[in-house]
Amino acid sequence: MTDFYTKQTLEHFRNPHNYGEIKNADGKGDAGNIVCGDVMSLYIRVIKNRQGKEVIKDVKFKTYGCAAAIATSSVITDLVKGKTIDEALKISKTDIVDTLKGLPPIKIHCSILAIDALSEAIYQFLKEKKRAIPEELENKHQRIAKSKEQIEERYRKWIGKK
Amino acid sequence: MKKIIYLDYASTTPVDPRVLKTMLPYFTEKFGNTMSLHSFGREASQALTEARKTLASIINADPEEIIFTGSATESNNLAVKGLAAFYGKEKNEIIISPTEHDCILESARSLSSQGFKIHYLPVDRNGLIDLKKLEQLINSKTLLVSVIHGNNEVGTLQDLSAIGKICREKQVFFHTDAAQSFVREKIDVKKMQIDLLTGSSQKIYGPKGAALLYVRKGVVLKPVLHGGGHENGLRSSTSNLPAIVGFAKAAQIMQKNRVEENKRIARLRDLLVKEVLEKIPRTKLNGHPTQRLANNANISFAGVEGESLLLELDFNGIAVSTGSACSSRTLEPSHVLMALGLQPEQAHGSIRFSLGRWTTKSEIKKTVKVLEKVVKKIRSFSPFGN
Repeated sequence: MTDFYTKQTLEHFRNPHNYGEIKNADGKGDAGNIVCGDVMSLYIRVIKNRQGKEVIKDVKFKTYGCAAAIATSSVITDLVKGKTIDEALKISKTDIVDTLKGLPPIKIHCSILAIDALSEAIYQFLKEKKRAIPEELENKHQRIAKSKEQIEERYRKWIGKK
Repeated sequence: MKKIIYLDYASTTPVDPRVLKTMLPYFTEKFGNTMSLHSFGREASQALTEARKTLASIINADPEEIIFTGSATESNNLAVKGLAAFYGKEKNEIIISPTEHDCILESARSLSSQGFKIHYLPVDRNGLIDLKKLEQLINSKTLLVSVIHGNNEVGTLQDLSAIGKICREKQVFFHTDAAQSFVREKIDVKKMQIDLLTGSSQKIYGPKGAALLYVRKGVVLKPVLHGGGHENGLRSSTSNLPAIVGFAKAAQIMQKNRVEENKRIARLRDLLVKEVLEKIPRTKLNGHPTQRLANNANISFAGVEGESLLLELDFNGIAVSTGSACSSRTLEPSHVLMALGLQPEQAHGSIRFSLGRWTTKSEIKKTVKVLEKVVKKIRSFSPFGN
């Protein structure tokens, strides 16, 4: 029954890992929109490891949304913790869905939301450190900003229609 | 096993044991086809007549004005599409409220592709339609006004008499979807000047698979189903007699104790609302404060998304609904709550509690306790948690 949540999803939903905020985080990424019913904020703390590589030492989330939104938030924090920036950028929605052993088709967008929030957090981190932004990440950032605009525009139209 | 607290009676009700008992012989000994001429058929036909009489008397209709269907959705489809098919050449405008059940909204929309114009009545923040606007919208092309009586999501009860009066004066048909209110609320189709009315069995402790459409004498519909000419030619299909007999019995039981039962349930509902609003910050009752179905409480919990609250309650052995049960597989905020002017975050964070015949005070107390706990928990993950 793919219409319902897996045991793994429900477990993450009921006991999510790493929720909360990081004060003075090195990066914060927001994704989703209240109109659609899901809003996710991801906070990262980045430090240099012994090899001099930057790794995501700590990560926390705050999410308003359905069980899938909370579960995917929880999973992405697990997947990200301890990874280098490059490794973190390689995490895909498939990794999240696989960890949860599947999501109902209508909820796949929640895993995309989690990836978007992570990308945005890393984007903000790199931007503030005045680092070069990989082209792919820049494109993604533009896409997220644009879709946010479109949703708000659609919402205004919808409200205006009544 | 722990007993589950069921607060979703507006989705569907269990069959009352007394109803079930009445139904059982119609599966085995009295299984005849109402159209057969032999003794089995006559027996079945007589039971069908009795059920029709019982249900007609509840809304002060004549038995011939009651058409049995398989569901409230079917009744609503038949009312809207049946009228449109017969009168559509002369009149092609339909007025509905934006807070209709999906089956009215979608039936109306399906007609808009056939050249019908659909007008939506404005509703106020309590969910009541604007009667002045209704008068203004009606013109010589208006065929039908269809307004839900007791709203399935927020429970608001429309003033049927006022709508009926306007429609009769302006000579347009008036249909009301009374799936949630049939028998529960006193309805007199003659006094209220109603032309068509939908009633359902599975909302009043009757079985699924039976519903009715009241069609006032003189109103002509084109059938949706063609065949053997059952139900005055309006709904061909072998009569689902066990369900219809159960429907009539369920209506009889509710009718007899309506006032006391509503009083008892409303008291529990009011207790639920009062305690939730007092004990849980940032909560709000949706729908009309007083003019509402006795068993409905629709509450917004700010900073909490409805589905996650529903699931947490389910884990704690409490069954509720977000919006209407039918829409729980879509992602859009409820069209009813948005029509009432709620912000998306309020609409996404709303839960419908619907009480019933077997709801107890201790269940309500327990529900409030669990709500306090789980709302706090979900808010702790939420960026809008405080």
